[in-house]
Amino acid sequence: MFTSTMFASILPEILILVLGILILIVEPFWKEEKRRNVGWLTTGGLLAAMVVSFLFARPGEPTATLGGMVRFDWLGFFFKMLFMFAGAATALLFMDNEKIGHRGEAYLLLLASLLGMNLMAVSADLVMLYLSIETTSIPLYILSGFMLADDKSTEAGFKYLLFGAMTSAFMLYGFSLVFGFTGTTDLYELAELFKAGNLPLTAALGVLALILVGLGFKTSFVPFHFWAPDVYEGAPTPVSGFLSTASKAAGFAVLVRLFFVAFPDFGVSWTVTLAIVAAVTMTVGNLLTLQQTNIKRLLAYSSIAHAGYTLIGVVALSQLGATSVVFYLAAYILTNLLAFGIVMAFSRVTGLEDIKDYAGLSRRSPWLALMMLAAFLSLAGMPPFGGFVAKVFVFAAGVEAGYVWLVFVGIVNSIVGVYYYLNVLKYVYLYRMPNEDEENLPIPLTRPYAIALTVLAVGVILIGTVFAPWFSWSGAAALNLF
Amino acid sequence: MNFPILSVITFTPIVAGILILLLPAQRKNEARAVALMAATFALILSFWMYFSYDQAAAGYQFVEKYNWLPALGISLHFGVDGISAPLVLLTGVVMFTGVLISWGDDNPHVMAGIQDRPREFFAFLFILASGVFGVFVSLDLFMLFFFYEIAVFPMYLLIAIWGWIQTREYAAMKLTLYLFVGSVVSLVGVLVMYWTQYQNTGVLSFDMLAMENAGFSQTFQNIWFLPVFLGFAVLGGIWPFHNWSPDGHVAAPTAVSMFHAGVLMKLGAFAALRVGIMLLPEGAKTWSWLIMTFAAIAVVYGAYIAFVQSDFKYMVGFSSVSHMGLVMLGFSTLNREGLLGSGVQMFSHGVMTALFFAVVGMIYDRAHTREIPELGGMAKVMPFASVGFIIGGLVSMGMPLFSGFVAEFPIFMGVWQVRWLVAVIASVSIVITAAYIMRNIRQVFFGSMPEKLEGHITDITVLDKVAITMLCLLMILIGWFPRLMVPLVQTGVDNILRLLGGA
Repeated sequence: MFTSTMFASILPEILILVLGILILIVEPFWKEEKRRNVGWLTTGGLLAAMVVSFLFARPGEPTATLGGMVRFDWLGFFFKMLFMFAGAATALLFMDNEKIGHRGEAYLLLLASLLGMNLMAVSADLVMLYLSIETTSIPLYILSGFMLADDKSTEAGFKYLLFGAMTSAFMLYGFSLVFGFTGTTDLYELAELFKAGNLPLTAALGVLALILVGLGFKTSFVPFHFWAPDVYEGAPTPVSGFLSTASKAAGFAVLVRLFFVAFPDFGVSWTVTLAIVAAVTMTVGNLLTLQQTNIKRLLAYSSIAHAGYTLIGVVALSQLGATSVVFYLAAYILTNLLAFGIVMAFSRVTGLEDIKDYAGLSRRSPWLALMMLAAFLSLAGMPPFGGFVAKVFVFAAGVEAGYVWLVFVGIVNSIVGVYYYLNVLKYVYLYRMPNEDEENLPIPLTRPYAIALTVLAVGVILIGTVFAPWFSWSGAAALNLF
Repeated sequence: MNFPILSVITFTPIVAGILILLLPAQRKNEARAVALMAATFALILSFWMYFSYDQAAAGYQFVEKYNWLPALGISLHFGVDGISAPLVLLTGVVMFTGVLISWGDDNPHVMAGIQDRPREFFAFLFILASGVFGVFVSLDLFMLFFFYEIAVFPMYLLIAIWGWIQTREYAAMKLTLYLFVGSVVSLVGVLVMYWTQYQNTGVLSFDMLAMENAGFSQTFQNIWFLPVFLGFAVLGGIWPFHNWSPDGHVAAPTAVSMFHAGVLMKLGAFAALRVGIMLLPEGAKTWSWLIMTFAAIAVVYGAYIAFVQSDFKYMVGFSSVSHMGLVMLGFSTLNREGLLGSGVQMFSHGVMTALFFAVVGMIYDRAHTREIPELGGMAKVMPFASVGFIIGGLVSMGMPLFSGFVAEFPIFMGVWQVRWLVAVIASVSIVITAAYIMRNIRQVFFGSMPEKLEGHITDITVLDKVAITMLCLLMILIGWFPRLMVPLVQTGVDNILRLLGGA
């Protein structure tokens, strides 16, 4: 029996699928030089899908649908909206990258992985979870290696595949052990079993560790971060942007649901472990960022550090903690997409990717420089940009839960962060180009870039100033975990 | 609903900053004109606010409150009392004079003021100004923090881009990191206070007026007072965390030095007072000896280091450390005289040091050196600036009939009551200050002009003169008519004393 709730619970995914099919049909009929317009179609389609889903498929009370496979609640819905927004922005950023954006497959792969992410956010069953994680990952492996003629890109795709395959094997093993111990794969049933105390603690912890390997890969926390810098550097830049934002957030969506719902009861033993992981992740991420000279690698390492900050909210294991995680991810997605978007716009014109190449940018393109200022200060956690409020909330949640030491580690790390982010801005604003005449050459932005970057920059400022609505949405999402 | 004067004052600069950014880059004069208009507007409102503050009623006035994030008890809660009203006025004054001085002179021989990318300069400066206003008027801890950080980051760009080429990168980064470290340490303290309040009273609120009654235990206050107070006091230039400040002052362009020493350091002192002493009064009593020690060292040491400088701007920078030490010294007494003196000193020093940096900047722009032995005879070519500097010098020495006396005398009275020996030691600084100020006035303004400079030095512009006149008038007025400020600050001090219990 297929009810309207079932339909509503996967309406966004259905729409994405329809959009994908539409692209498949339309694309071959377009001339070669018009193929980039698939990007407009993808973005428009995703935005329309968001609007339609918002109008007709808003969740009410959390319910299990489709035989318990999918949980229909605000948490999932909020994440879906975030992913689809990120996907729409990424499609825009694809468009003027000749190597990737002029071929229809790229958009199709993007949609396929988006479909997987959406399902990750709502999966309430281990089988479903595993399937959706794979659905997300496989298109991303291909996208990372999309530039066949480019050695680095091929390497990135292959490295990502190997790492992903290995960690997901670990996770799958963990899932199978869970099933072996309990006889169920439903997360909410598992939660009941844990509450009843029917499981040996050591077994549960072992399983947890295995699952963490898989999720650690997705969210790139230490020690499962090794792939990230190489892949981000080698992959086409728009794909790196997508990997470091939506894909990471999807990992966190699973992490919070899994940990808050299924494993909350033997809280202390895993929160302490996770707190240590968070501290190490922040520290390692930041220390490695310090020595980077390539801007994509810098963003890659700093995104590891950001995974660490976000984990503070998970460790807090409170309502505010969950809210702050969701809020942090929203702010982070906007900010990091903006940062990657600028990097793309810059390297499309100049072909350069080193930090030192950004010298004189504020004279060449003052507005691009200002947007870069917004993105990097937001990453550094300065007001009035989103990153500041997000960090304060995460830290507040940490202090509330009594993890003052972890918060201290966090602030020491954000100081390191301020240093290297400002270092980039120093090139943008202070240094001049070796040949000062070249400073008269602006960096022209094509229309898709201009639109995407403007929307993202405005979003970064809005989330950092008028934060009440964002907070209440995150709060509504987080409420479903309790 | 009355006219929301405080939010208008606070947001005027940032709105103007955005407007300026929207102008085309080559329209330099238009950018300056918009900046000047906005600064004038903010100045007029600040004066109006200052003089319409009802001293009889005291307490927080012009209060505005908008719920910003009720779920966590964050609100946009503005209000001024006797301590913050003079500081808002000070910010208005420094912002206005700063714009005048940055207008500069694009005569190719002089190139004073800001000639490179003035559009961005004023935009960043005004974002900074909004942050500063916001801290002075915020009654909500979260918002105070928000504005505090807004005031910190533009500093980096302002110094790094338009600063003195030799040290600007180093100084800007050092300053930013110092201030950021200080502020995040305080942030942790503030978050701990927030949750402890919640445990004690069940109220989830960042409102400082509510937090005054949070019932923090003695032990809690003893532990958290130091991180909170010192974290903010870093920006107030407290010894031994003052190191960033002279470097920052020297590297910054003139208007930014004025802002920096004139207003930003007050920001640190003010936040340390408002959050540290007023919300954790018992902790303040426990640790006042330590603060007093630090402050006394800063006063004497700062003055001594200023004395041995040969660089004019470093001299002024270290004199700021010394004078801000007096502010902290006044805080540490926790009595009426000391706090009153500190309140006035924050204003008086702000105006005085803005004037100093303005004059130093004018001289450097024309002579292209700040080495005191290489300067001389400035009184002949720029008499106006010289008179201004001398008046500033007299304030700095604490001469009667100038605002410095009104401020410093009560501070020493207050310290004497607590520990007379500290007062004696700190008073040595007055002698040292007098010595270096006199020496500089003689050398720089009245000495003979070196041949190298002969004929190159032109007089300052009309706008510069307006700025100097305004700053001097304020200092003289307060010196002659202390009632313009003292009773007002007194109302603020009464409130602090109430929190400290009795007296």
